[in-house]
Amino acid sequence: MANPQNAAVARNTGASQANSMTYIAPVAGWLLPGLGHFIQRRWIRGLLLMAAIFVMFFAGLGMEGKVYSFNTGDLLDILGFVGDLGTGALYIVARMMNWGIGNIHRAVADYGTKYIVVAGLLNVIAAVDAYHIAIGKKP
Amino acid sequence: MTFELSHFNAALVFALCASIVFGITQRNTPREMLRYGSYCFVLFIGGVIVAAWAMWLIKH
Repeated sequence: MANPQNAAVARNTGASQANSMTYIAPVAGWLLPGLGHFIQRRWIRGLLLMAAIFVMFFAGLGMEGKVYSFNTGDLLDILGFVGDLGTGALYIVARMMNWGIGNIHRAVADYGTKYIVVAGLLNVIAAVDAYHIAIGKKP
Repeated sequence: MTFELSHFNAALVFALCASIVFGITQRNTPREMLRYGSYCFVLFIGGVIVAAWAMWLIKH
C-alpha cells in the first residue's frame, strides 16, 4: 500500500513543477519561438510555430525590412519596436548583427518591415498559448 | 542575402505563416487546428483577391 506521506510529497512536487512551468513556458516561448511548446513535449506544434515565425522573420530580413530600435519618436515607430521585440532572441541577434537596416528604395522592403513586426506579434500569441498549456487550459 | 517577392507571393507566404500560428493557438485538437488554419488561409487569400478586384474596379 502506498504511503500517504509519499503520495502527498509527490503531489506537491508535481504541483510546484506545474507552477514553475507557468512562468518558464511563456518566457521560453518568447525567447525562442516554439521553445515554450518543446519544453512541454508538444513537439509538432512547437516545430510548426518555430518554422512559421522563423520564415516570417528571415523573409522580412531577406526583403530588406527594417528592424526597429528603441525610440521615442513617431507612434508607429514605437509600436514597430514593440512588435519587433516580440521575436525575443531573434530581435537581439538581429540588433547585435546590425541586420534590418531597411531600404527605402525597394517597395518590397516595406513588406519586409511588416513581416518582421508580425513575426513578433505571432510569437507573443504562441507564448500565450504555451502559458495556456502550462496552466492546463489547453491540452 | 536579399530576395524579391511579388505582391501575391508575399501575401501567400504571409497567409501561410499566420494561418499556421492561428490554427495551432486558437483551437484545441489537431483536427480543429487544421480546419481553422485552412479557414484562415482561405480568408487571407480570398481577402487579397477581393481587395485586388475592388481596387481594379475603383480605378476603371
